[in-house]
Amino acid sequence: MLKTFSLGGVHPAENKFSAGQKIEVLPVPEQVSVPIAQHIGAPSEPIVKKGDEVKVGQLIAKSTGFVSANIHSPVSGKVFKVDNILDASGYKRQAIIIKTEGDEWDESIDRSEELVKEITATPEEIIKKVGEAGIVGLGGATFPAHVKLSVPPGKTCEVLILNGVECEPYLTADHQLMMEKGDEIMVGTQILMKALKVDKAIIGIENNKPDAIKHMTDLALKYEGISIQALKVQYPQGGEKQLINACISRQIPSGKLPIEVGAVVQNVGTTLAVYEAVQKNKPLFERIVTVTGKSVAKPSNFMARVGTPLNQLIEAAGGLPQDTGKVIGGGPMMGKALSSTDVPITKGSSGILIMPQEIAKRGKMEACIRCSKCVSVCPMGLSPYLLMTVSDKAIWDRAEEEKIMDCIECGSCSFTCPANRPLLDYIRLGKGNVGRIMRSRTK
Amino acid sequence: MNVVLITIISLGVLGALAAIILYFVAQKFKVFEDPRIDQVEEALPAANCGGCGFPGCRAFAEAMVKSDDISDLNCPVGGAETMSAAAAILGKEVSAADPMVAVVRCNGTCENRPRITEYDGATSCTIASSLYGGDTGCSNGCLGLGECVDACDFNAMYMDEETGLPVIIEDNCVSCGACVDACPKNIIELRKKGPKSRRIFVSCVNTDKGAPAKKACSAACIACKKCQKICPFDAITVENNLAYIDYNKCKLCRKCVAECPTNAIHMVNFPPPKPKVEKKVEESAE
Repeated sequence: MLKTFSLGGVHPAENKFSAGQKIEVLPVPEQVSVPIAQHIGAPSEPIVKKGDEVKVGQLIAKSTGFVSANIHSPVSGKVFKVDNILDASGYKRQAIIIKTEGDEWDESIDRSEELVKEITATPEEIIKKVGEAGIVGLGGATFPAHVKLSVPPGKTCEVLILNGVECEPYLTADHQLMMEKGDEIMVGTQILMKALKVDKAIIGIENNKPDAIKHMTDLALKYEGISIQALKVQYPQGGEKQLINACISRQIPSGKLPIEVGAVVQNVGTTLAVYEAVQKNKPLFERIVTVTGKSVAKPSNFMARVGTPLNQLIEAAGGLPQDTGKVIGGGPMMGKALSSTDVPITKGSSGILIMPQEIAKRGKMEACIRCSKCVSVCPMGLSPYLLMTVSDKAIWDRAEEEKIMDCIECGSCSFTCPANRPLLDYIRLGKGNVGRIMRSRTK
Repeated sequence: MNVVLITIISLGVLGALAAIILYFVAQKFKVFEDPRIDQVEEALPAANCGGCGFPGCRAFAEAMVKSDDISDLNCPVGGAETMSAAAAILGKEVSAADPMVAVVRCNGTCENRPRITEYDGATSCTIASSLYGGDTGCSNGCLGLGECVDACDFNAMYMDEETGLPVIIEDNCVSCGACVDACPKNIIELRKKGPKSRRIFVSCVNTDKGAPAKKACSAACIACKKCQKICPFDAITVENNLAYIDYNKCKLCRKCVAECPTNAIHMVNFPPPKPKVEKKVEESAE
């Protein structure tokens, strides 16, 4: 039976051009630039310097707090320098630049293809390993996974929900992962269940991936406690709060986290990384990146090492099309247009979307016509037209009253506005200011 | 008739009763306000711009009346005239504060600083600045979207279409600081207006090293430190690859302006340099 979330949502054209394209492992790049800030939380601290020799999987930057993550070398070679480079943020930020020599992996990593089903680690050991391996949410949010798995005292986890939804149009990384690494994902799910001490896991998959639903449902029969939930194709089905609402019909109270209703959500890509870390001692240094777009010659799903320059992936997909208007890091709804293709791939790079000129530009902004389409599509039940106005006029107390902090930045409002108003941009501005005001109160 | 009379009398009595009660209540709960606050407020320009640091002219008037030491208080809009008038009401004196003016410290015009990307987002400098470093190679420079111009309440700013930079109309500028707060890149600064409205400043806020700075913009400060070396008054410091002139120490000698290899240092309202007088060469005997 098809389930969905209760409020709002939109249905943009799916355009899954790269669906079914088998994962292609890209050749190791000649040089990588590994940014030290690839996750939510404090940037990591480099522990290597110019001239150091490193191996694949070696720790090169340390986590600097609870909400922070380790970073491991994606290549073997020599550290060229630690310097500021232009990254996907649009600014120059610190990165570790390594010149590749060969492809020598750290000896502790098990490179065999064999599926390791037995989970010998204890829950505490699992969480520790996940943290050490530098695993962050690969759905794009890059929240450190070990923090999510550490259930705060006083709260209990009842169910683990896996996000195999991939509701963003164009992106197909998670889809391919489920088709090609289904067993590993299942074992990863069991590892997460053990860490969270739950016996129930639900994997949510959107209905536009019937082959994945069938494949995973067949596999789930062999693994205890795991069930598959087919979900309606509606954006943002993959949003944490929407997914929980759809799968277990619970609503997270305003300003609270999923653990409040006994749920923890992890992306299927993250789950695979957990399997590899716990069972194969492999830290996180590579990921699947979808390169797609209407004019792209060869839409693909690449397995790329972190730090690979973007243009290498674009070349492998047939090169930058002539009519390119925008190169977007991520999907069309929540991704960001990039100002250069020299930027490196990071842990959060789920896809590269190349938009042709004729559809890349935004329409001219007009006055709000009070049609309230934005209100009807907001999955969090907010009033985007109002939030934009109060953010523009800097009326922060009103913005806070109208629950601007509950916005999940999905972009449904901007997508649907007939007056081309940049609703999400102003709401983000408002969230930044209101967040700052709220934090200064607790100081 | 009787009914009408009774109605008029009873309503009249009720009205009178209410008036008496209100009078006594007003007297009992009267808030004493120093009458000087009203007087000081009268002397202020009533712009309510916040340039003094207080929420409105009334709040500034209150602060003046309630503070013992008013030497820190200044109304930039009214200037010395207003301040001495307001202080006189309180029987105090204030020294005239140096008039200030807003200065745009960026000369990354469309000509000096080529655009390398096209921005297609919301026309707000704060939003653009949160998305990326701007449409040129200098991520510190002016974005040209005019948030500062929108913030100005005194018609003292406009965007120059040709250069893509904001312009300050110094006669209208009251140094309230609204544009300074509006700019997300801290490009605008309040500096001393200077004697005869003359001032010198480094028109750049780029903190990149010399080579990338110059590559992005031909008018960038490359932190060569020539200005720092030549300044006879130690007014220039070079930090984070950027030179800065302390307007309290600067004596407007203009030596740094001539030294700067990229013309990053600007002088405002100086007369043009006199043409050099050629020494007459003695002509050979005709």
